[in-house]
Amino acid sequence: MTTAPETSRRQKREAAEASNNKSSARRNGNGTKRTNRAKSEARLGWLIAGPAFFIMLAVTAYPIAQAIYDSLFSFRLTSPDDRSFVFLQNYMTILSDTEVFWSALGVTVLVTVVTVAVELVLGFGLALVMHKALLRIRGALRTAILVPYGIITVVSAFAWYYMFDINSGFVNNWFGWVPGIDSDLDWFANFGTAITVIMASEIWKTTPFIALLLLAGLAQVPDELVEAAKVDGASWRQQMTRVILPNMKAAIMVAVLFRALDAFRIFDNVFIMTNGAAGTEVLSLLAYRTSIGRLEIGLGSAVSVILFICVLLICLIAIKFFKVDLASGTDAKGGK
Amino acid sequence: MASNGKLTGKQRLGWTVLTVVVLLYALFPVAAILATSFKTQADLGNAAFLPSNWTWANYEMILVGDAQELFLTAFRNSIGITLIATFIAVVLATLCAYAIARLNFPGKRIILGTALAVSIFPVISVVTPLFNLWRNIGLYDTWLGLIIPYLSLTLPISIWTLAAFFRQIPWDLEQAAQVDGATQWQAFRRAIVPLAMPGVFTTAIIAFFIAWNDFVYGISLTSTEAARPVPAALAFFTGASQFEEPTGAISAAAIIVTIPVVVLVLLFQRQIVSGLTQGAVKG
Repeated sequence: MTTAPETSRRQKREAAEASNNKSSARRNGNGTKRTNRAKSEARLGWLIAGPAFFIMLAVTAYPIAQAIYDSLFSFRLTSPDDRSFVFLQNYMTILSDTEVFWSALGVTVLVTVVTVAVELVLGFGLALVMHKALLRIRGALRTAILVPYGIITVVSAFAWYYMFDINSGFVNNWFGWVPGIDSDLDWFANFGTAITVIMASEIWKTTPFIALLLLAGLAQVPDELVEAAKVDGASWRQQMTRVILPNMKAAIMVAVLFRALDAFRIFDNVFIMTNGAAGTEVLSLLAYRTSIGRLEIGLGSAVSVILFICVLLICLIAIKFFKVDLASGTDAKGGK
Repeated sequence: MASNGKLTGKQRLGWTVLTVVVLLYALFPVAAILATSFKTQADLGNAAFLPSNWTWANYEMILVGDAQELFLTAFRNSIGITLIATFIAVVLATLCAYAIARLNFPGKRIILGTALAVSIFPVISVVTPLFNLWRNIGLYDTWLGLIIPYLSLTLPISIWTLAAFFRQIPWDLEQAAQVDGATQWQAFRRAIVPLAMPGVFTTAIIAFFIAWNDFVYGISLTSTEAARPVPAALAFFTGASQFEEPTGAISAAAIIVTIPVVVLVLLFQRQIVSGLTQGAVKG
């Protein structure tokens, strides 16, 4: 995503750093002085960046290692003395359970695919509206869409639940004229309707994030290109497919990957609305109910590890086949 | 386009419609739960959007009535835990991002890569081991027991956002100030801090949103009112009697925890948008 202003900023930054006596000393390269400088800079760097780094590692790397270890044991907290090493037995149990595990995986994949697809379309629409809006309403629009972004997911889940709930909701009343909807429709009793409301809440809450990422992508499409296409008589559709979309491919890819990984971890909405009833159980909820709910640490850890592996796979596929460059910018100097 | 100020009547109409649609989209569910929070127990089954009799009873119940204990302690927990976690995350991330933007040292890429990996990590995968560990070392159901995992949620995005901000600061101003006779500390404080503060502040808002939103850690690592935050407490609300749904109380509580979000969004819309897009898209 190297655009013109970005490059010039980079050049300025590099120029600034060149004038910085530290780096010029390094560049002149006079023996021991240089290594001492570099050493003390490295020490200082790790000294002030270290705490954040080690906390992140401690709170994720250690638990996942522990989860992998625990997943090899038959271990229930209710009878801690019966702990025994069973190697991959837990994984066999889970993977052979079509009713519970494969169904949860299927629902999780369905939710991920549908929400990301809908959010991409909706989010692009929102981004276009914000991009083209007059300055005066742009602020109002951005403020409005930040409300779903900032709202607690559990609150969103309750809001959608109460709208559709057979007792307290008004949706059945308002949309009674739609075939299939009447006052007796219990949205949370059937898989199709329940998962629709769950996905609606998820989509409502997270589309603003995608829209903002796409808005940033739109802003990076050079205006001259669009103008040139207009002058050449390109239709709106041609401008979109030939100029705008190709130029914001990177932004779209990053947005899709981030949202897909996020959607794959869906938990709050399902927990609040159905708690897994009507076949809406997802992987995160299965892991939670196995380990925290039934205290089957061994089995629950195995589900957690499988979920973790799924997330890794999504990442690998995205990076390998779709060439999503998530790491762009991991180099502080911005050089690629 | 944004540049030409004059609109034709047709365009004006189009924009009005679009704006209304976006506003409806963004605010309708919030309006729905707001309306529900003012319904009386009898109105909850009226199958209408608005209450027929507006009442403060639900707010009274959670603020001064029966559910006071449940809600107010959870609210206090949420505010305390979230603010402490946000503060620690922003301080550590500021130091970390400063090092990344300003210093040259081996391992910079590893730190940013780790932050990225942690941010896509499924929370539920680490919650079981933490649940077990916390019970063994006494952190289960304590504030600290939530603050630590909240750091894993807030640190990565804080580091990325701040690193992006700090890279745009013209650091040579510092030297310029020193040339003008300021000491190094004065130069840093007068020239750099004012430029860095907006980024730090924006990052704090985003980190606050993330910690405020947590549910998985909240329900898994707490068991009593000692540390349970609001989102988790909402899931455990019960009605006044076993035949009553706690719909009204939950709606009122949901509105109260949404107020800080709305206030922050109204005041700092511009900063939040720039912070979110910088961390995620800028290279």
